[in-house]
Amino acid sequence: MADNSVAAALNPKKSVPIMKWVTPVIIGWLVPGGGHIYQGRMQRGLLLGISTIICFLIGLLMRGAFFEPQTGDILTTLIYTGGNVANKMVGIPYFLATWLGYNQADVAGHVHDYGTKFLAGAGLLNVLALVDTYEIATGQKD
Amino acid sequence: MPKIALTHLETAIVFALLISVVLGVVTKKTDRDRLQYGLYCFACFVGTIFGLGWLMKLGHG
Repeated sequence: MADNSVAAALNPKKSVPIMKWVTPVIIGWLVPGGGHIYQGRMQRGLLLGISTIICFLIGLLMRGAFFEPQTGDILTTLIYTGGNVANKMVGIPYFLATWLGYNQADVAGHVHDYGTKFLAGAGLLNVLALVDTYEIATGQKD
Repeated sequence: MPKIALTHLETAIVFALLISVVLGVVTKKTDRDRLQYGLYCFACFVGTIFGLGWLMKLGHG
């Protein structure tokens, strides 16, 4: 632990200008895969974008519900508020769906339930893509 | 809007495929490694689906 602190102090990482990574990360959030395409990684951007959007569309077609933020005990807060954040991480497809009036109630049934998980899963896939975008922008990855 | 009703198995395999693509793309540095890791993840997911499926079937007798 102490050795690591000393090593970190002796070799401080170069700080990366915020604008270098904020723009691709915001583009990547709004348009799944867009951050990679903006950074010139067309193939990877398309793969990430298509995967995320297919996941989201399957969730809609299975009539999944969007999470509404709720507070209460820790598990309720984690699931519902976290799920709401995950839904929003898909970016424009989420906002477009809500703007066009998609408002599926949370009803019983395995198809609806899987649909809900696909909708939240699409957001989490986009979070992985955003982390990758950030690492590319800061030079930690090609 | 059309509606689809996938079975448990279809849902799990489609979800595994989409996750494997993303994990393959974001975790490795070369295209060859990405493809290999994506296929590896998919095989693990599918293996787990069938493994747990059989375990549950055998557990229920």
